[in-house]
Amino acid sequence: MKRLGLLAVILFGALLVYGTTDFPDWGDPSSPAATHLSPYYIQHSLHDTAVPNIVTAVLADYRGYDTMFETAVIFTAGLACLFLLRVFITPKETEASGLYRHRATGITLRIGQGGRLPLGTREFERIDSQWVPYDLIIRTACSLVLPFIQLFALYVVAHGHHSPGGGFQGGVIFGAALILFAISHNLRTTLKAMPEKRTNILTGTGVLIYVGTGVLCLLLGGQFLDYAALAGLLGVDPVMARSHGILIVEIGVAIAVMAVMVSLYYNLASAGHMDEGL
Amino acid sequence: MTTAGYINLIIAKYNYWIYIVLMCIGLWAMIAKRNLIKKIIGMNILQTAIILFYVSIATKKGATLPILGHHDAGHFVDYATVINPLPHVLMLTAIVVSVATLGVALALAMKIYNRYDTLEEDEIHARVRES
Repeated sequence: MKRLGLLAVILFGALLVYGTTDFPDWGDPSSPAATHLSPYYIQHSLHDTAVPNIVTAVLADYRGYDTMFETAVIFTAGLACLFLLRVFITPKETEASGLYRHRATGITLRIGQGGRLPLGTREFERIDSQWVPYDLIIRTACSLVLPFIQLFALYVVAHGHHSPGGGFQGGVIFGAALILFAISHNLRTTLKAMPEKRTNILTGTGVLIYVGTGVLCLLLGGQFLDYAALAGLLGVDPVMARSHGILIVEIGVAIAVMAVMVSLYYNLASAGHMDEGL
Repeated sequence: MTTAGYINLIIAKYNYWIYIVLMCIGLWAMIAKRNLIKKIIGMNILQTAIILFYVSIATKKGATLPILGHHDAGHFVDYATVINPLPHVLMLTAIVVSVATLGVALALAMKIYNRYDTLEEDEIHARVRES
């Protein structure tokens, strides 16, 4: 089986290499990929949408349907992961059980089923059963860096019109910031800051913003996702309305991507139990 | 073909060959490896190879980023001076799909591990036959 697989792969690779001899040279400006559709985007996007970043203009305006269903794909992936992994059995007795560390001495207590610490004790903190190391340096350094990562994520979303960036990238950076928080602290702290319910609602909200913008265009007399129809609502001319419409849609994408990243991490790290994890 | 002709061919195409090698590594991992996590990693390598291939199609010699300045408004932009934005757009969405497939694949692998206590394909098959 392994030999056969290797043979098939080598044959496949050899055929592809043979195929490249008919390919246009690397960096050839007159290659087929560069001559049919893309010159239109390069020459007209600024005039049509007032967005200097052609990639953003093509992504959210000319190919708006593609991006909308792309957002639906990540929404579905988040949903699939939730359905596959989430476990909803959490008996109330186990809430207090687990490992607790005395903050001052570092001694660890194991509280069994039914046992509980006095409520509101500040001397003990709950720790994970598998991931115990406590590292002050990592915790402090991550806490210092986190606000800047989140600010940068917002900048990438908001400045996607003028520089490389946009909803997908900014959303991923924001999600990564939350995941960094979860890794450097622990899952329970993150769940307090960003509850599971909120990520699930935000996932839907992001897609809703995108689709809602499209439907709003439809209601205002334009075509689906034709942002020029928003001109009256936003009080700008149709070209600027396209630019603003792209921003609204990118914000929706960013929210959906961020929430799905965090939701995927929660489910995968805790195997769906949402109590402790990596 | 002369030696110079071969050298020109290599210079013009070698990046495609690198992506083909990467793609074959990914495909081989998906076909031959028994461990499900290794298969998933192979799938990711394959997707990355395709993304690199598309991004490489977009380049034009001597061209700049597909971000225009505001002073370009109203001017005629020569399309040979700006790289092709379309493959970048397509790959932006492909990266998202790869993340989505990776997440679902890992979730499935986790479910399989919970059920069969292993991620090796042959052991899973044996346990499926037992039950």
